[in-house]
Order: sequence, then structure tokens, then C-alpha cells
Amino acid sequence: MSEEMIGAGGISLEDRERLELSGIDLSEETRSGSFLQTDQTIHHSSCTSKGIEMLPIDVAMKKYDWLKSHYWNLVDKDKDEYTRYVAEQEPRGFVIIAKKGSKNIFPLQTCLFLKNDGIQTVHNIIIAEEGAELHLITGCASSHTIQKGSHYGVTETYVGKNALVSMTMIHTWGENVNVYPRSATRVEGGGTFLSNYVSMKPVGSVQMYPVAELTAPGAVARFNSVVVAPKGSHLDLGQRAILSAPNTSAELISRAITQGGTIVARSHIIGAAAGTKGHIECKGLILEDGTIHAVPEIEGRVKNTELSHEAAVGKIARAEIEYLMARGLNEEEATATIIRGFLDVRIQGLPESLQRQIDAVIDAAEDGF
Amino acid sequence: MLQIEDLHVSVKDKEVLHDINLRINDGETHVLMGPNGSGKTTLLRTVMGFSNYEITAGSIIFKGHDITNVPLHEHARYGMGMMFQRPPTISGLKLGKLLDVTAHHDTAMVQKYAKQMNMVDFLERDINADFSGGEIKRSEMLQLMVQQPDFVMLDEPESGVDLENISLIGESIAKLLEKDRKIVNRHKSGLIITHTGYILDYLDADMGHMLCDGEIKCDGNPREILKSIKEKGYQECIKCQKK
Repeated sequence: MSEEMIGAGGISLEDRERLELSGIDLSEETRSGSFLQTDQTIHHSSCTSKGIEMLPIDVAMKKYDWLKSHYWNLVDKDKDEYTRYVAEQEPRGFVIIAKKGSKNIFPLQTCLFLKNDGIQTVHNIIIAEEGAELHLITGCASSHTIQKGSHYGVTETYVGKNALVSMTMIHTWGENVNVYPRSATRVEGGGTFLSNYVSMKPVGSVQMYPVAELTAPGAVARFNSVVVAPKGSHLDLGQRAILSAPNTSAELISRAITQGGTIVARSHIIGAAAGTKGHIECKGLILEDGTIHAVPEIEGRVKNTELSHEAAVGKIARAEIEYLMARGLNEEEATATIIRGFLDVRIQGLPESLQRQIDAVIDAAEDGF
Repeated sequence: MLQIEDLHVSVKDKEVLHDINLRINDGETHVLMGPNGSGKTTLLRTVMGFSNYEITAGSIIFKGHDITNVPLHEHARYGMGMMFQRPPTISGLKLGKLLDVTAHHDTAMVQKYAKQMNMVDFLERDINADFSGGEIKRSEMLQLMVQQPDFVMLDEPESGVDLENISLIGESIAKLLEKDRKIVNRHKSGLIITHTGYILDYLDADMGHMLCDGEIKCDGNPREILKSIKEKGYQECIKCQKK
């Protein structure tokens, strides 16, 4: 596939850069499928990977009657004003169905682009059937010209028995954009759900609290988030894992840096069955006066659950900077090198190509420190 | 190479080093001995240019440059290097990544030295995170080999190192200090803090200094000073010098 995705032609050069920063490959060369929605218009939806289908949600709902049971199933339509608003609109967004045993080597990409002022709504359903392995990168960006915009997104993810879903979401919104994702995931026995969230650029506000429920033995969830809040940005981010079945486990990791903005890093693990394990790790760096409010919560409900958390917020230790200066780096280089290391979260189970994509996004931001 | 003149150093407004004079010529290796708390590490860290060490009087001249008030990284760029006794752990920063930066992306060189120091498996690990005593020294040594300083300061290179590693560390230090070269071709210099003197089994030192209470009490043959400390203890040794 060397041709660009349909609809990309209408995107300006500046905005293309913003999409690339969000991990979107408009040439599609390194992707096995693409979806592009600009504002409320779906331009493109295709997938070349065998056994994996990606369709606009309205098309998918007509094609598969059984999808109704997956629609507004994990996320409550009446959860809040944002879900209600999404429910009132003509459905937009995508459905991905990875058939039993299918696997995509190159990730699928979905691009949600906010070009004009207004509210963009999406409702996505992701289904990985038994034994399937599905890797998805979602790049969300707004045009550099936007004055005021919002994005309300509902995502319901079903990870089947022994299936693996990795979802990497990279945000490149603008200072005047407010974002309210509403996501929930159900993981069946032996299934693995990996969620990565990266936001390095200014944003008006983001508020989300994705949840994964592990419903049968052997299920695993890992949430990672790497966020930077420049002045004026307000990110209220949560990640929640409900360990409902025996021998399930979850790891919630976050790295937060404020350059004057506000980050509330919430995490919550509920150990509700025997043999469950959960760990929360939340680290924050304050580079300029701003707020990092870490709220790690571990909630055990049975005897045989093992939950732990560690949280630390502070500045870079002088001893670390001087250690690198003794090797010849100047203070700025030393600081940037330490910050880059701080943001380096290796994600177990993530394909190398996606890890490199995340690395590239973080590297691009490094110059700003 | 290095000339220290009438150096007075304070830490948190308290004078720790008094009137230090020290001259290390090109190609020379000196050994610094003395009881705990005598100011040995303070002297090394002051020469390296760390903050929190306030030079209240005197000067440090390195390769003809007055570096008394020059920032830390400039010392390194002039050709100084240091092996830390207790280096900090830097979470997330991979050893290999730092070496890549200090080696100016010369991957082959990093690999070569990493192999020599048995550190290939550590390149993808966070710097100093859960490293054992010997691993810390090997990591420090590897960083110095990549850096190739003209003047290297080593803060107790043998402490916490098992017998197997000490020969590797000792031989690498000897190589770093060009001990394998003839004296006329040897330009690199060193200043080594040692309590035990084990390191002298691997390299010859040209001069020894005994530091006590922030003053250099004695200069001379390093093995003789060490022998007299071992036989008589520090206090007797100092008394002897005062006579």
C-alpha cells in the first residue's frame, strides 16, 4: 500500500505533522489498516490483514446484527453528559473485529482528526475473538487552526479468551480542545489488554478514567500513561482494573511531567478474587511550578489478593544531574537525558514497531525540556 | 597536568580542606590515603567541580587552565574523569543510552569496552539500579573507558569488589592510565583513593599522599606510607611525620 489514505489529501502540511506526531502514517506503509475520521465525516476505513475487519460503526451495525449486544454494553449510555451526547448523535467511529486466531503484524491505525470548531463524537467497538492478537494505534489530533473544539469518544473493547489487544493512543490536541474519552474493556480468560496513552503536547483539558474488568482466570491488564502538561493544560487521567476472577493481574504505570500545567494521575485496582495481583506505579516530575496530584488506590476485597502501589512526586535530584555532568554533558543536556529516561516505560508484550513509535513521539518532545 | 595551590574548601560553611598543595605531572599516578572523614572524597569532588564544595581560597590549574571556578561539565570536557564510589541510580536511563551520548554514538567502541568489562548485558538496564558493588565499579570503569579522560580520579576502586572482579578492574585502570606504555609515551595521569592498597598490585603509583583532618600530612613512596599505616595505624603514622 503506497497510496495515501482517502481523505488525507484535504489535510494541510502543518496538520500532517501533527498527525505524524500522533503516530499516524498517512502513507499506510507500516500499517495493516487505516481509519480516518475528520470531524464527523468518515473518509476511509480499510484493513488488509487476514481475518481482521475494520468498518465505520454505522456500516458494521447494519452488517452484523449481533453487534447490538456489544453496543453501549460496557459503557453506560447514561453515565454522564458526554456519553448521553454521543448517544444522541448519528453514530460515528469504527468497529474492529479480529476473528478467532487472527493476528496483525503491522498495527492498524485509526485517526480521529478535529479540523473545525465543534464537537467530534466517536463510538468505537473493538473485538478480539479467541486467540486473536490485535495491535492498534489511535492518533487523535486537532488542526493547528482550531479555536475551540471538543472530542467525546466512547470505546468498548472485548478481549476474548487467550486474545491480546494492545491499544496505543497518542494525543496531539490543541490548547483550546477539551477531550472526554469514555472507555471500558472486558478481558476473558487468558486474555491480555495493553493500554498505552501518550500526550506530550498542550491540551485544554482531558478527563478520562478507562476501566478494564478481568472476568476469567489468567486475564491480564497493563495500563501505561506518559503525559506532559505544559502551562494551561489540565489532564485528569485515571486507569482502573477490576480483578473479578481468580488469578488475574494488573499493572498500572504512569509517568507525569508538569511544565506548569495540572495532572491528576488516578489509579485504582480492585482485587475481588483469590490469587489476584495488582501493582500501581506513579511517578511525577515537577519541572516548573504546576500540579501533579497522584491518587493511587488499591482496594482488596478478599484474603488472597496482593495489591501494592508506589508513588513519588518531586524534582530531578541534583546528584543525578551532576553525575551526567561529570561525563561531559552540560546541565541542560543532563536534565533532558534524565527526563527522557524518566519517560521511558518499556511495555511488556508490545511489538517493537509500536514501542519505536512511542519512543519517537517522546524523542520529538525531548527538545522542549 | 594538575596543580593545586593553597586550596581551602568549605562544605556547608565549614572548612573541610585546609591549605592543600598538590602537583601531578603528565603520566604520573598518585595515591591518596587517610582515615575515614579525612577529606579524601571532598578533595576529589572539589577537583572535579561538584557543587556544594565551596573553594574559599587557592586555585586549581588543569592543563594550564585555571578551572577553580569553571562548571563541572567543563572539567570533564577539559579531560577529567571520575569513578564514583556511590553513584546515583537514574531510573529509566539505560547505561547504554548514556554511553551512546558520551561516545558520540560510536556504537562499536561502546560494544568493545562493554565486552571487556563484562557489561554487555547491563547496557539495557537502568544505570546503577540494583547493581552489586562489583557491577557498579565495572559500570564506572566502562564509562571512563568510553570517556578516555587524560586525568582520572578513582574513589576507592577496590571497595565492594570480589577477588574475581578486582583483577579486571585493576588491569583496566592500569590500561586507562597507559601503564602498558613506556614512561616517555605515557601522558595520562591519575589520583586514586585507596584504603587497602590492593590496587597497587595492578599498577605502580609514583607518589602517595596522606590526608588527615583536611590536610596533607605526608608525601612519599606510596608503598612505604601504606606499610607504615598498616604497621602503626594512622595516628602513629601522622605523629611520625610531624617529628
